[in-house]
Amino acid sequence: MSGTTMTSTLASSGVLELLDYPFMRRALLSALLIGLAAPAVGIYLVQRRQALLGDGIGHVALTGVALGFLLNANPVWMAVAVSTVGAVAMELLRSSGRARGDVALAMLFYGGMAGGVMIVNLAPGGSTANLTSFLWGSVTTVSPDDIVAIMLLSALVLLVTLGLRRQLFAVCQDEEFARVTGLPVRALNLLLAVTAAATVTVAMRVVGLLLVSALMVIPVVAAQQVSRGFATTLALAVTFGVVVSLAGTTTSYYADVPPGATIVLLAIGLFAVVSLLALPLARRRARRGGGGRGGAATKRPAEPVPAGRP
Amino acid sequence: MEREAGPEPVTELDEVTAELGGRTVLRGVSLTVGRGEVVALLGANGSGKSTVVRAVVGQVPVTGGGLRLFGHPVRSFGDWSRVGYVPQRSTAAGGVPATVREVVAAGRLARRRLRPLRRADRAAVDRAIERVGLAERAGEPVDALSGGQHQRVLIARALTAEPELLIMDEPLAGVDLDSQRVLAETLRTQVEGGASVLLVLHELGPLAPLIDRAVVLGHGRVERTVDRPALLPEGSHPCHPADELEPSAEPTLQTGVL
Repeated sequence: MSGTTMTSTLASSGVLELLDYPFMRRALLSALLIGLAAPAVGIYLVQRRQALLGDGIGHVALTGVALGFLLNANPVWMAVAVSTVGAVAMELLRSSGRARGDVALAMLFYGGMAGGVMIVNLAPGGSTANLTSFLWGSVTTVSPDDIVAIMLLSALVLLVTLGLRRQLFAVCQDEEFARVTGLPVRALNLLLAVTAAATVTVAMRVVGLLLVSALMVIPVVAAQQVSRGFATTLALAVTFGVVVSLAGTTTSYYADVPPGATIVLLAIGLFAVVSLLALPLARRRARRGGGGRGGAATKRPAEPVPAGRP
Repeated sequence: MEREAGPEPVTELDEVTAELGGRTVLRGVSLTVGRGEVVALLGANGSGKSTVVRAVVGQVPVTGGGLRLFGHPVRSFGDWSRVGYVPQRSTAAGGVPATVREVVAAGRLARRRLRPLRRADRAAVDRAIERVGLAERAGEPVDALSGGQHQRVLIARALTAEPELLIMDEPLAGVDLDSQRVLAETLRTQVEGGASVLLVLHELGPLAPLIDRAVVLGHGRVERTVDRPALLPEGSHPCHPADELEPSAEPTLQTGVL
């Protein structure tokens, strides 16, 4: 990577210099888009306690990538197709109540992974080495074609997750109530599943399939350490997502480290810092008798907390 | 929302049967809520009270008999903004914090569906929050509220669509006295405005003076019906056999025949 020689450059001039390279412009643009899109979808999954759904879809997308190799088709679009099917199947299983969520998710994880490895080995001259860049991300090799796909898909994701935020909030917060208000709950759930699948495939070029879910979940969890409402959590999570993905991509250019891992570690670091800063805030809220989200023990002052709480 | 003495009841159950997970829960329940009426469902745990209200809001499929809302079979009923549903309060919190205003605004979607909320909708949300006495806490996370306050949030969420029929499942469960008072007052205002109410109660409590008819369920059937339970002599409970009163004006109540 050509950037390794410039590690001593000042950050300010460095960023400008970074933009001289078309591959870095594409890398930063895709990082920006995924930093926006991933937490915008992730917040609904976290709200519904399906934080690991993104991971499940990521594993299924691997089968799609492998199919792309086998059929000599574009792996990104194949991944979109296959992970959409996986996400929809997952949602149908969940809503039918026929399978427990975690069991269905486990099937998705292992089925997707094994399918990917099997299929890529069937492809002429293929081996699991072909999958590596998709597993761990390779943001600096994003091609102009990829950028078109990434821009289209993230536009779709942002349109759905921001435009229908009240509706998706209602569905994820209290599904039965949402049905009684006459919302098309099933359609919204499927739309959310498809949106999550699109996000995963967009993000796979940046952070890699195995770390996709981190960018959907960690900015949201970090944001809710300090926020009190859904809208503020959403705004803050998207901000965090953009900050860590841009910072991570820039860092990986200068320090010659893998971008996906850098982004995720930065997100975890941000979470730790925000949690520490939020401690006095939580204490103050607890003292006011409100409780807030400081912890289960302060949540409902009227109810004694059982001593043997797990 | 005018109180009409029209013949069409707000909701009408005729020998309704329903099952949950293959187990028969309702064995022929018949009851009617007329316009402007407040009907309470009473009965022991497992008697089918909650299943009745969940069937009325279309969340438990009816396996037999007829269930009509505003004259339409529930299966094809589409005008859900006329119905305000207050589910049993769950203690499970969502994974992301939400403010009182955000939760209440979800109820307004009954009128907006997939369209964004406008200024008038936001005003309706604020009115509903004010009506349950939580205006000062509108920006606080619902997790920070007491059980009674949380219940008031769920009621405001149902009221914000300005429904003609309110359906409430155990609104008094785990609710402090202060919130019980607010709740009774809110219900009174709604009924005075012409709304009808069907609610599941464990006991009549502070709502007794509002209730036009109490329907006692047992084993998925209507055991008895009591008109104006608050007027009964002290100490007599609607469950008491002596409370079998003369049949009400409408031929609405029959015990199940199964």
